[in-house]
Amino acid sequence: MKRKMANREKTFWAVTIPVLILFFTFNTLPMIKGVIYSFTNYRGYGTYDYVGFRNYMDLFTDARVGKSYLFTFKYALAGTVLVNVISLIMALGLNSQIRFKSALRGIYFVPNILGGLVIGYIFSFIFTYILPAVGDMFGIGFLQNSILASEKYAWIGVLIVGVWQAVAMNTIIYISGLQTVPQDVYEASMLDGASKWKEFWKVTLPLVLPFVTINLVLSTKNFLMVFDQIVSLTKGGPAQSTESISYLIYKNGMDGGQFGFQSANAVIFFLVIVAISIFQMTVMNKKEEQL
Amino acid sequence: MKEKKKTNWVLTIVLILGTVTVFFPLYMAVIIAFKQPSEMTNDVAGALAFPAKWSLDNFRQAMEVTDFWRSLGNSLLITLTTIVLAVLLHSLAGYVIGRGMAKKKSFRVIYLYIVSGMFVPFSILMMPLVKQTAQMGLGNRAGVILLYLVFYMPMNVLLYTGYMKNIPMALEEAADIDGASTWKTFWKIVFPMMSPMHATVAILTALGTWNDVMTPLVILSGTGQNTLPLAQLNFQTQFGTNYNLAFASYLLALIPILVFYIICQKQILNGVANGAVKG
Repeated sequence: MKRKMANREKTFWAVTIPVLILFFTFNTLPMIKGVIYSFTNYRGYGTYDYVGFRNYMDLFTDARVGKSYLFTFKYALAGTVLVNVISLIMALGLNSQIRFKSALRGIYFVPNILGGLVIGYIFSFIFTYILPAVGDMFGIGFLQNSILASEKYAWIGVLIVGVWQAVAMNTIIYISGLQTVPQDVYEASMLDGASKWKEFWKVTLPLVLPFVTINLVLSTKNFLMVFDQIVSLTKGGPAQSTESISYLIYKNGMDGGQFGFQSANAVIFFLVIVAISIFQMTVMNKKEEQL
Repeated sequence: MKEKKKTNWVLTIVLILGTVTVFFPLYMAVIIAFKQPSEMTNDVAGALAFPAKWSLDNFRQAMEVTDFWRSLGNSLLITLTTIVLAVLLHSLAGYVIGRGMAKKKSFRVIYLYIVSGMFVPFSILMMPLVKQTAQMGLGNRAGVILLYLVFYMPMNVLLYTGYMKNIPMALEEAADIDGASTWKTFWKIVFPMMSPMHATVAILTALGTWNDVMTPLVILSGTGQNTLPLAQLNFQTQFGTNYNLAFASYLLALIPILVFYIICQKQILNGVANGAVKG
């Protein structure tokens, strides 16, 4: 028996070690390299020198980087709030006593399976040609020109597409959350004479709070890393007003000769994502414990 | 089921009307893909109208311009290979780490190490990975598959490890007494029992890889190989202002996954919900 257990452990390590090597080589190693490059003035080709923390100092004074952080945070905050409110409402609707329930759930999930890039191209056409036509017809001033061409409103176009796709996913998660709430809880609150509104805030929401956590963390992370929609809708324009952090790192790091500088940007971006995720999980865990 | 509760028809109708938000962009894609450039007008009624005739010419042309069949082949090859390898490798890893974790601290550390990879954005890996894969001769489709196996490892290991709680140790112990090796026990007994999780992992991995733009964009650039989304990006300039051609191409890129979704809708929705609950 003892010998057999030792064999079992041998097999375990025989599996784990190659897996670890694979993971290290293509995840941890490039990350370490990224950190090392962030201390150099590497342009992506040719020779380079170590420049200490200069890239990091420059990051905080670089107007374009600052602008991309502002845009990305504004976008992620608005997106996360909108997506979670809309998905929760959608989930409540799709989980109530309605007909064609599974067909409707199926239809509302479609945006999630379609690729962000192609969807972006389709919406780009709608924003550029259809909405201005609608604006002309009804005399709605701000629609008469493409919102994607406006420095002020272009981000809203990107936001609409991002939310359109993300709602699908989060609704499904909220529906599975709502299904964990036992029916007799609702019956009890009905007997107590609680209104629907009160029932939602006092009964339903606290019980699905773990799912709110999942959805908040998931959608914040996805919105912060927005890339496909930027490529297909605005390419960061107009006047860099919709340049997301991922897009800037890609654009200037890969072709802009800023390999080292954008590596520093990526390192900071990574720390920001980790910090936000941990913050969200801690706050939500506290909320869950209180209940 | 409780029959006493009445169907909420008002809500049903509101939700049915709401599907317009899903269908409208798709409807636009379909009608524009079938129209001719001369039919494109600037008024609302004209833009929403059906095409004069339903001709497949745009699609034929789009297929030529974007080398559709080759891009489709690449997308299928990359996605299917990734799914198969992910299910085989990640389930094995999830099993070993899940069982090891119960007994040894070292496996717990390995678990946390791999799962924490979920928070690493592609942006930080992108630039070093391009250099690294090029040096290793992996700046090709095999490289993309390998990277996907690594990128999806944190999520899939998390899912499989979590699922191990549903598989009783007693079965493995019995197999052990019968003299089966751990390796054999996994493939003969544990692996088949993981099938609900296989479905979830396959679906989540498939949706992610099929639609991914960034990885093929940086790894495959310069190789002449395209995936379906990448072809849309790379041929965007060739469509010029011919939106009809472009939309035919977009529609072609959307159809495979839509067909797959229509066939496996139930499994996909269950898989996604399952993944979220376990995750």
